[in-house]
Formats: sequence, structure tokens, C-alpha cells
Amino acid sequence: MSRTDTVTYDSPDTRNLLDHTRQGVIGKPLDRPEGPLKVSGSATYSAEWKFDDCAEGVLVLATIAQGTVQRLHKQRVLDMPGVLAVLADEAMTRRSTQGTAGEAPVQGVHTVDYFAQPIALVVAETFEQARDAALALEVDYVESKSPIALDPESPDAEVEDPDNSETVEGGDLEKAMHDAAFAIDVEYRTPGHASAAMEPHATIAQWHGDRLELHGSYQMLAYNVKEIADCLSIDPEKVRIIAPYVGGGFGSKLGITHEAVAAAIAARQLKRPVRVVMSRQQVFETVMRRSETRQRVRLASDASGKLIGLGHEALVSNLPDEEFAEPVTQATEFLYGGENRLLKVEVARISRMTAGSVRAPGEAVGMQVLEAAMDELAEAVDIDPVELRKRNLPAKVPVEGTAYSSRMLVEALDQGAEAFGWDQRRPRPCQTREGDWWIGMGMASAARVNMLVPAEARVTLKADGAALVETDQTDIGTGSYAILGQIAGEMLGLPIDRVNVVLGDTSLPAGAGSGGSFGAISTGSAVMRACEAIRTTLSEALGCDTDALDLKDGTATSGDLSQSLSDLLGGNDIVETGKIEPGKTAEDFSQASYGAFFAEVAVHAFTGETRVRRMTGAFGFGRVLNAKTARSQCLGGMVWGIGSALTEELAFDLRDGHLVNHDLAEYHVPVHADVPAIEVILLEERDAAASPLQAKGVGELGICGAAGAITNAIYNACGARLRNFPMTLDKVIPHLPDPFAEVA
Amino acid sequence: MALPMSRASVNGTDHALPADPRRTLLDWLREDLGLTGTKKGCDHGQCGACTVLVDGRRINSCLSLAQLHDGDTIETIESIGSADNLSPLQKAFVTHDGFQCGYCTPGQICSAKAMMQELSEGWASAVSDDVTAAPDITREELRERMSGNLCRCGAYSNIIAALEEVLADAASERADA
Ligand code: FES
Ligand code: FES
Repeated sequence: MSRTDTVTYDSPDTRNLLDHTRQGVIGKPLDRPEGPLKVSGSATYSAEWKFDDCAEGVLVLATIAQGTVQRLHKQRVLDMPGVLAVLADEAMTRRSTQGTAGEAPVQGVHTVDYFAQPIALVVAETFEQARDAALALEVDYVESKSPIALDPESPDAEVEDPDNSETVEGGDLEKAMHDAAFAIDVEYRTPGHASAAMEPHATIAQWHGDRLELHGSYQMLAYNVKEIADCLSIDPEKVRIIAPYVGGGFGSKLGITHEAVAAAIAARQLKRPVRVVMSRQQVFETVMRRSETRQRVRLASDASGKLIGLGHEALVSNLPDEEFAEPVTQATEFLYGGENRLLKVEVARISRMTAGSVRAPGEAVGMQVLEAAMDELAEAVDIDPVELRKRNLPAKVPVEGTAYSSRMLVEALDQGAEAFGWDQRRPRPCQTREGDWWIGMGMASAARVNMLVPAEARVTLKADGAALVETDQTDIGTGSYAILGQIAGEMLGLPIDRVNVVLGDTSLPAGAGSGGSFGAISTGSAVMRACEAIRTTLSEALGCDTDALDLKDGTATSGDLSQSLSDLLGGNDIVETGKIEPGKTAEDFSQASYGAFFAEVAVHAFTGETRVRRMTGAFGFGRVLNAKTARSQCLGGMVWGIGSALTEELAFDLRDGHLVNHDLAEYHVPVHADVPAIEVILLEERDAAASPLQAKGVGELGICGAAGAITNAIYNACGARLRNFPMTLDKVIPHLPDPFAEVA
Repeated sequence: MALPMSRASVNGTDHALPADPRRTLLDWLREDLGLTGTKKGCDHGQCGACTVLVDGRRINSCLSLAQLHDGDTIETIESIGSADNLSPLQKAFVTHDGFQCGYCTPGQICSAKAMMQELSEGWASAVSDDVTAAPDITREELRERMSGNLCRCGAYSNIIAALEEVLADAASERADA
């Protein structure tokens, strides 16, 4: 069973080691080890570290969309009590760093690219002093004489092909649409979204000589070190970042952003620690947005509903020169058949804050629209929407011909439908009325690409037989502490309370970081490999083949040989660093996590208000590493789906470019009352091509299509076929049937 | 400036209120007293992360200036239970995974504690059918009463499950007594 792996993951590891180990902790729904700290308020988040003599910085944001800062009236502000400095350094960031950039974003705060871009930092002794001074700072601007468009759909907006996605073209879509027994050609719109992680972005920066130390809230520390070093033109070796607890990220903390760079510059100038915490409004206005999208979907099917053609074209937006464009068609590439196809993303260059990754970039908005359009096709063909999906699962990825590593979509559709009671659905709309409410059901498929990324982790098996797992991997609520401990416990045969996991410090080996659902499988694979190396050493010490080594409850056994780990270690620690990088498996297979959503909604017959009454999700994402935290990831994603379907929308004022709803009172994330009991079904699966753990990503899967299921349920309830997310009351009302008419 | 007599009790310890009248109760707790278990999510009364108990009632501490609390008794998450001595409510959050990132969690727990008190005192909510009757403790009631506490991680249904367990245990204890 042994296998010589290079660092890169080039062929599927079919040994399936974790099914042959004996501790029995892998996959178990164990509580998060850091849970007691979090529920007692003793986990320390970014802004909560205490340092003597720490000054407070508050960012000042532009009140124009495009132009230059001509003058900051600094002196009046410097005369205010406690004010220490007003900084407008050219190293300060104008835009946020994209995920995995590993280099500085656009810097220089004298030029204004978008409304509410940072232009200065005011530092004072206390937060109140800094805040008042920041508010009082007068700024003279010169507005741009040749501004670019504020609206992605305006005729003035320059539209380009993005660098980060390639058009997929096959056969002849026009002809397929013409020849089709059924053809759907529809245009949908989704608005911009905010990550709105509950912890605002915050950094405490301090210099120890030429070494910079940051305590902050970031998702991908190894990249963030390079980004801040590049911003400040210093050696990345001289930067240390500490972030053991991160209050959510959802993409917004992938790359370094304004407060971190500004704090570092201020701390260097003032020679004391400086803390900069963004206000909630600033986080909304200047960190990162998910682009709004306009999506044209064309579905051409034969008489049985089998797709012969599929078109998915999207217009998204970003600032000029940004490489990122919301990869809307990412899952459309592999999910359904239809060899005649055109999948294409275009990006309009506009003046709005940087567009970047928000939870499940691409699929979050692409899948909800594709799945809504599929519902339209099911209705046209007059077959069950679940059946339509099943009829359209190709044997290989269309056009490219790549094989699937594994795909649990049929199982998810069947088991989800069964658990939900899909057979109770009445296929025609406006069939079920309870008092003032129309009741309906809808479904959608879930799909999200799987990625393995470079990661390292160090595992120490201590002389006393306890284990220590160390990496700079973050836990942003995803469960890294839990699952990395479980992987080590399983591989080394230790009960979970004998494994300690230390995360979020760049003095430790570089994990994958938290993003793109790749943290668990990538860093987890590195932990697994470190443990494999330890197992080899242990088997040599015991005098057996590695394959014949059994580790359980701190005892090593092989045939008649048996020794406790502490005896076997003879007073020595074993320290190993495991590494993994993506390899040929990433090219040889189409890898994705799959699932299915089922939703029941009530739509008010008079007001058009939609309430989600219940939801079921069934998901297959390879091995489940911890059934409790994986379930929570799915739940959280589905809650995001409720928000995308019904309430979430960034609203920009097209006259001056400002974000109108820049806080949690106006940007409506789901609250307790919006979220019903949600059922989550985790399907066990093994995917050796995805990772040696046989696991795939799950952090984003729960959102990828969820809003489509709700939209389809709204149609089934009341006959309102809406193509403009979110489905707010004002959009539903005009489509409602006569509330007084007899129910058919 | 604060009157020299301005003091409040926080988790059983008496403290002088801060001099700066702009300092919110939240910032006073976090910055001056080092009680960072209470979180700042919005500073505008929109998220509930800063929920604390003042004289037994839940409030958003970001919306209240510290100097207004002369003579008040304030309880924060730190008084509910420590990591090695969790209250039943905190334990239920752990076992039901009623959090992910954990940033909204102290606020959820403080809010839930006060909400249970409100329930036992018979307070009605916007979803109570009969505002004069003792409230039925349904999931809908719990969701309505907890809706001031946002959780972007979306742990809502797990939080409600945790609350149901604690309420059921309390009810069976009362029945046993
Ligand atoms: S911080 Fe007080 S309600 Fe959000
Ligand atoms: S646990 Fe992250 S916001 Fe609630």
C-alpha cells in the first residue's frame, strides 16, 4: 500500500488510508475544540489584542467617485485634542487585494477611483478623538474630466474579455436553438453582494526594529504577508501575521486591504503600535463587492428534455485593470450536457469599489440563474424538474471531454427529494393556498468546483504521545481547528483530546488559507502527509511494515508487537512537515462538489412577501471530515441562499456612484426570523482524485444554487416568474394572481 | 466630564465610568475594562453582537453612552461562564454548533439569556397570537425574539436548537421540583 508521493498530487491516492486507520475520530460530529473559548468570549479576535501605548487610526474615505485629492486641510485636524497624525501616504492602498494575489493591489490615495475609496488615515490617542478628527477633515478634490461609467449597463461602459476566464464554444448554439423541440432564451439579473462578515476588518500593527507584526483579521496569511510586504517594499521575511480567530471572511479578507497597510505605515511613522478598525459602513463601501451580473441563458432541448444546446453569457463589472471577473459560468462548464454551447463572461469597466471574491465566486450567482432557467425548461417540456436534471448529466465534460472524478448529483437529487417530500409538489403554479398565503415548492442542483492548493503543516508527535499540529491556516468559522485535529488523531491513533492544533501564525508552516473551499482539503492533506511520515518512523521503531502498523489510543500494534507510543518514542519527539501542491489530478479530472436543494415557500397573496418555510439540502463532497462542522457549512450556505433570493442587494446611486445601503440596517442579511429549520443530508463519498483525504470542499457548496430553488418555489407558489434577484415584494406584486379568485 | 460619583457595577465589580462622554458602553467595556467578549459588529445598533445585560435587560451596548450607566448593574458574557466552567446555555451552543466564526456568539448568548427571562415573565412578541396570555415557546417565537442578533455565518437553526434544549431542560427541572 505504500506510495511515493512527490509534493504535487499527480495521481489519485486510492489507498484510502483514513478508512484503514483505527482511531475512529475522522468524520465524527465532534464539537469544535475552540468552542468553549468562543462561547465564553475568551477567543481573541483581531482588534482585541492589548498593547501598551497603542494609537487609534480611522480611515477617511473619498466623497467623490473619480478625480484627485488636491488638498487635505490637515492643520485644523492636527490641532484637535489627541490627534497625532494625518497620513495620505502613497503606499496606502486604493483598492483591495484579490485573493491569492501575493502582491500589492493598486496603491496611492491621491487618485480617487471610486466613491468612498480611502484617501487618508487620521491617528489619535483614542478612538473617539480619531473618529471626530476624521469626520472633521476637510478635503479639496478635483473631479475627473473624463470619468468612466458608474453603471455597467450604460452604453459608455467599456466592456472587455476578462483575463481570468475563457470562453467555451462548441458546435453551433444558434442552430441548436433553432432545431430544438423546446428553446428557452432568458435574461436574468443578480445584484452586487457584500460579504458582511460579522467582525469588521481590523489590524493592529507594530514594528520591532525593521520587523513588522500584525494582529488582524485575514483569511490567507501566507499570501497576506507577501501582499503587505510588497505594499511597504520590505522583505516578506520581516513580516509576521497573527490571526488565531477570524470573525468570518467570506472572501472579504482573502487579500490584504486598507486598514492593514495604513496601520503599518502609521505605526512606522509614530514608532508605536497603531490599531485601525474599519467601521461597518467603511467595510461595506470600500473593501470588496461581488459584482452584479446580467446573465443570458439559452437552453435548447429535444422533445424529452435532453439538452442539445446550452448558452450562458454574463456581463459583470470591475474597476479598470482588475484581473478578477466574477466567473459566472464556472459550474455551467461541467454540470449539464449540450455539446452546442457558448459560455462567456464579459467585464464592464466601471467606477465602483473593487469587485472580488464573495463566498463561492461564480457559482453563487451563476448557479442560481442556471437553475432558475432549468425550471423554466422543465415547465416547457412538462417534466419533473428533478427528472430534467437527471436526464442531462453528461458522461464527460462537454467540449473538453474531461472525466469526472466523482459526482453524487443523482444521489443528492433522489435522497433530497425523498427527505423533503418532493412527491407532494403540485407541478402547476397557484394550486395551494393556506389563508392569505400561496404555498409552493422548488428545487435546484448544487455544484461548486473543487480545488487543491499548495499547503504545508507541521505535526509533532511528542515524547509523551500527544500530538501538536501547527500551520498558519486560519479558521474563519470553517472548522479548521476541529478537522485538522481529527485528521492527525486518526492518522496517529490518538483520542482527540491528545491532539492540540495551533493556527493562524505565519511563524508556522504556510497552510492553504481559507478561501475557495480549499482550506480543509489542502491543509488537511499536508497534515495527513506529515502524519504518514511519522507513521513510517514509528513502524521502523516497532519493527514492522508501515502498512502493517495499527495505531489506536496511543498504542502501536502490529501482529504480536505492541507498544505504547511514549515507550516507542523513547523520550524523543518526532517532527515532520507535510506538503502538498496541486498536480496532474487537477487537469486529468473535472472535480466538483455536488448537491441538491429543495425549498418550500409561502408567498403572501396580497403583499407579495415571501417566507421560506423549510429547506432541505443533500450534498456529496467526498469524505466528510467532521459531520457537525460540515453540516454547519452547508447550513450557512443555504442561509446565504435565502439572502440572495429574497433580500440582499447592493444599491449604488448612479448619479454620484455612492453605495446607498452601506450597513446592516439597509443591506439585509437573513435574520433568525427568516431562517426556518433546515435539513442537511451529508452523502458519504470517496474522491481520490480530489485529495489523499478523499475529501472535497464544502465551505461554499450550500449557497451554489440555493437561491434558484427558492425562486422556483416562488413560481410554483404564485406563478410569478421573476428574473431579477432579489425577489422583493415590489417585484412579486405585479405578477400575483387575483387574490380573491377561486383556487383552481 | 463624568461626575466623580459616576460608577457602575460590571460583573460584580464596581468601576468608575469613563471621563470621555463620547465613549460608548461597548467601548468602555472592551477598551477600558478589557472585557472583549462583548463584540463590535456595527456600532450602530444593527447587529446585536454587543448585547449585554443592564439591570437584567438586554441592550445594544454600542447604542448607549457609558456615562448614562451611573449606578447600573451590567453583566457581560464573561459573567455567564468561563471556558472551563460553561453555563448550560453556553454548553448547548457548543454541542449544537450554534456558531461558526464565533463573533456574534457572545451577543447571541447574552440576548438569549435575557430573552428567556422575558419569556418567563410573560412578555409578548410581535408573533404572539394573544398578547395577554403567557407566550407559547414555539420556534417562531424564539426566532422572532432573537432576530436582533445577526449571524452572518448562518448558524441560526443550530442556535434555535440550542435554545430549545436549554428551555426544555429548564422546564423539566421545574416539573421535577
Ligand atoms: S455592535 Fe452594537 S448592535 Fe452591532
Ligand atoms: S458565528 Fe459567525 S457571525 Fe455568527
